[in-house]
Amino acid sequence: MIVETVVFAVAAVVILVGAFGVVFSRNPVHSALMLVMTLFGVAVLFVAQGAHFLAAVQVIVYAGAIVVLFLFVIMLLGVDTAENLGTEPLAGQRPAAAVFAVLSVSLLALLGVRAVQVSTGARAVTGSLEDGRPNVAVLAEALFTDYLFAFEVTSVLLVIAVVGAVVMARRPRREPAGDEAAVVPAAGAGSEAA
Amino acid sequence: MTVDDSWYLLLSAVLFTIGASGLLVRRNPLVMFMCVELMLNAVNLTFVTFSSVLDDVAGQVVVFFVLVVAAAEVVVGLGIIVAILRRRPNATADDVSLLRG
Repeated sequence: MIVETVVFAVAAVVILVGAFGVVFSRNPVHSALMLVMTLFGVAVLFVAQGAHFLAAVQVIVYAGAIVVLFLFVIMLLGVDTAENLGTEPLAGQRPAAAVFAVLSVSLLALLGVRAVQVSTGARAVTGSLEDGRPNVAVLAEALFTDYLFAFEVTSVLLVIAVVGAVVMARRPRREPAGDEAAVVPAAGAGSEAA
Repeated sequence: MTVDDSWYLLLSAVLFTIGASGLLVRRNPLVMFMCVELMLNAVNLTFVTFSSVLDDVAGQVVVFFVLVVAAAEVVVGLGIIVAILRRRPNATADDVSLLRG
């Protein structure tokens, strides 16, 4: 299938260019935009492998919410100044990172290729993908039957994350009394959690 | 020439390594977080690949949970970064090694 090969090649190039852009950009805003590029490439590969629902969620949650959150924080804090990547704060760190990268790619690629070779290709007993039903239906059935408890625990996790974010980002209350004017602007966000 | 499944795994190995190296090399805490997202995406790609190799939907369910955990992690992590950078702007990861804020 020539189409599949072309799609994979284009998506792989997009992913790798984006990933290198995240690491090597001097400006955090550029890193965030390169991250969007990588996430779109991964979403394309999800579609190529039949995971249509996950591709949609990838674009909506990652590119739509998480990267926007990153950009909000960058803009809010005003840390979008380009940093100097020329100096190396820790001597010998970058050569060590390059050696680590070569070793890590070799090891992970070996693991992955070997794992594909030893898989028998037998059809799964729990949730088979290729019985004609749409991807969303198969995924939803697995999620709401076999993985229902984990799904419910996920909601607890999200609540914890929301409360934690409010507590972290809240401006700390001034200690001495009589300093009410400084507390008032933050009261709308933090008074219920306090 | 067809796309073998091991190509996807090779790509995700490279993506994971780029993320890990970036996490080790960069100093800006926001960029370090983005590198963590790269690593999570590499793992997601691996899960989806094995889901299609083994013809089992469980891999895609795991990716769903990884997405949720990643969202929660980013929310809390960015809250911490906002709290630190508000107190001292231009702090890098080296400056906050003492957890005193």
